[in-house]
Amino acid sequence: MKLHLSTAAVLIAVACAPSKGPQGGSNSRMADAREAAQRTYVEPGKLDEFYLFYSGGHSGQVYVAGVPSMRHIATIPVFAPYPATGYGFDADSKAMLGGYTWGDVHHPALSKTKGDYDGRWLFVNDNANNRLARIDLRDFKTHQILGPIANSSGNHGSAFVTENTEYALVASRFSIPIPRGTYVPLSRYATDYKGIFSGIKIDSATGTMSVAWQIMTPPFDWDLAATGREISADWVVWSSYNSERATGRLEVTASQRDRDYIAFVNWRKAAAAAAEGKGKMIGGVRVLNPREVPGMMYLVPLAKSPHGADFSPDGRYVVGGGKLAPFVTVFDFQKFLSASIANDTIGNEDGIPVLRYESIRVAEVPVGLGPLHTQFDDQGYAYTSLFVESAVAKWKLGPFDGHDSALVVAKIPVHFSVGHIVVAHGDTRHPVGRYLISMNKLSKGRHLDVGPSQPESSELIDITGSGLTMLYEAFTEPEPHFAQLVRADLLHPIEVYPKAENHDPNAIWAASDAKITRRGSIVEAKIYSIRSYFAPNEIEVQQGDSVILHVTNAEQERDMLHGFGIASYNINVVMDPGETKTIAFRATKPGVYPFYCTNFCSAMHQEMQGYLMVKPRAGATVAAGGGNSP
Amino acid sequence: MTMVGWLGQVLSSRARFAVLGAGALLILALAFPLWKITMFANQFPEGLRLSIYAHQLVGGNGGADLQGINILNHYIGMHEIQAADFVEMKFIPFVLGIFVLLGLRTAIFARVGNVVDLIVLFCYFAMFSFAVFAYRMYSYGHQLSPDAPIKVPSFTPPIFGHQRIANFDVYSYPSAGTFLLGAFGLALIAVLVLETRRLRRQPA
Repeated sequence: MKLHLSTAAVLIAVACAPSKGPQGGSNSRMADAREAAQRTYVEPGKLDEFYLFYSGGHSGQVYVAGVPSMRHIATIPVFAPYPATGYGFDADSKAMLGGYTWGDVHHPALSKTKGDYDGRWLFVNDNANNRLARIDLRDFKTHQILGPIANSSGNHGSAFVTENTEYALVASRFSIPIPRGTYVPLSRYATDYKGIFSGIKIDSATGTMSVAWQIMTPPFDWDLAATGREISADWVVWSSYNSERATGRLEVTASQRDRDYIAFVNWRKAAAAAAEGKGKMIGGVRVLNPREVPGMMYLVPLAKSPHGADFSPDGRYVVGGGKLAPFVTVFDFQKFLSASIANDTIGNEDGIPVLRYESIRVAEVPVGLGPLHTQFDDQGYAYTSLFVESAVAKWKLGPFDGHDSALVVAKIPVHFSVGHIVVAHGDTRHPVGRYLISMNKLSKGRHLDVGPSQPESSELIDITGSGLTMLYEAFTEPEPHFAQLVRADLLHPIEVYPKAENHDPNAIWAASDAKITRRGSIVEAKIYSIRSYFAPNEIEVQQGDSVILHVTNAEQERDMLHGFGIASYNINVVMDPGETKTIAFRATKPGVYPFYCTNFCSAMHQEMQGYLMVKPRAGATVAAGGGNSP
Repeated sequence: MTMVGWLGQVLSSRARFAVLGAGALLILALAFPLWKITMFANQFPEGLRLSIYAHQLVGGNGGADLQGINILNHYIGMHEIQAADFVEMKFIPFVLGIFVLLGLRTAIFARVGNVVDLIVLFCYFAMFSFAVFAYRMYSYGHQLSPDAPIKVPSFTPPIFGHQRIANFDVYSYPSAGTFLLGAFGLALIAVLVLETRRLRRQPA
């Protein structure tokens, strides 16, 4: 195997050497400040051209910003409670969170039709607790959280949707003995721990996700994926590190081989094999063994501890970013097909054929140090983030005729240590181009000082023409991993929940329908809210009762939200116009507890309040200083 | 020609068809608002709209604006605006039906006197309806609840034209339904004038 750089140590040394400035075509620059301001300025009352959906990492949420202004517009709570919208406090969202209070969102994926964004759903992964969530872009709300997905651990390589959103594909970053809950000592890691690919079926009408099948793999750490298009539409690629199957201090033990693997998996073949009943049921899921389904999975060597694996817009090329290598590798999918048919292998891993690198690779483009992730534009350029070099490279996607270094046309330094990048529609059949956002892991004081816990930075770069021009910098909540940048005109969200579509049997639309009923020790109330009062405004229960409150916001006017917070009971929900939310709790603390509208609504908002009267249980004394803990 | 003689003259067939056609305008008028009230404020740049039909009230924005207007009005203690309180919304469609029948009668009996009757009755109906509308507006602004959160002096919302009420610019103008009713009246007058001219030119 021919090597360009043999060890990580050399790389780090290079990275730490005095900077010589941007290399390559070097026609990148900072925009003239006035020009950049004009290009990113969206005057008050005017709208941005693009939606940016960026992952919130271990905040568990998804953030929405406008581009080119980079203004944060909204936070979509997904895996963590969010009192600002009452998420995680009402019965439905609480049930959806399933007791978890955090998640780790990495890679948002917009639903696609024919390989292009269709503006219906956004799928996001939870790397921590092996879950997948669906946000409906009709109301920008989380509607389903699937998981924890059986057998799979460390849901990093997701969510990546197929050409027509048939599946969201998911891979495990952390191998474990399966099913989850099984105990096997780490000394048997190489043989008894398993990586897992999951095919998550998506209902084409409702978007509902379900675990359809899984593929059991050697215990590599699966990293990132990309789904194919056209010629490669049936395929998904996953990059891996730790093909050493090592444990312990992975930064060393998993960095010993010069090449790890990129897996090529035919998801359609996997679905067919599962339908035929191949594999066996583990943890309630049909798990396929690649050994038993020939042609379903191949491995291709890729230098070194790769991160990104990305399909070109036409589905012809796969670009692999070896994060400890100074180049990206371009594979030709045609050549992959030929090699797989010709059985052009150099060995196997647990029965999975390893194809000959040289037969498939068409270029090693020297983009720079630490290439992570690649996106594409509509002009035939590819863009690769360079973590170690803290830069973004722009390079031509061919011709691949051996002059690999001539392909790099521009490079721009970013601030600092970029992870993922996103180009408008940059992972679709038809990229839009124009803007690239560099999501940087470190901001290192490029902002007003906010103490040691520093924000991440996201930089907006103009990619029109042959260069790269820095336009703007915004500071983002921890921690943007990947994002989706989509034309605003593709989304058509509603402004209120139409009253006619509220099928909650406990919804009420007139103050006169408000009522409190008691069944044994269960008190249930239908509460009406409108500017600027609640009906009823006094709810009396006995200490120890189970209390169920259904609060309807009877407004049909946009932005007329009402909140319902109960002081000292740790409850706050927010009802959008036309929405009914249910709160269930036990009235354990006796006394008088004010409730009030928490989401400012009107001139009489302060007056929008009432009392929860909790009568002490017979014989119970009124708690002295009670009610301080929720 | 005596007045009585003139009233008894027979209409041309062209005039009879014209009266029939004018009757169709009345039916058409039911499908359009008679009056439109629109309110703008800084935080309502898109406006709140209310369309008053012969038989119903329709809020803008898929009906939501009526509730929106009522919510705002309740702060000053205004009675809720709802179609059920408009008795005239029950009888106006009925009266319009009567005018269609009277038009039919005119087309069949075809006397100048029938056209005159129709014009006189219709003018009365139009003035009465407008007066009722004006009285409604007056009542809404003058029967404010004494325990309203915000006390404002009694007022009459605009019946025609623009008025500034608190932070709102309110516009009130007739709409397509009223124009169709007006067209009905004008058509009858045109028939009367043209027929009278024709009858003067040719001896009976």
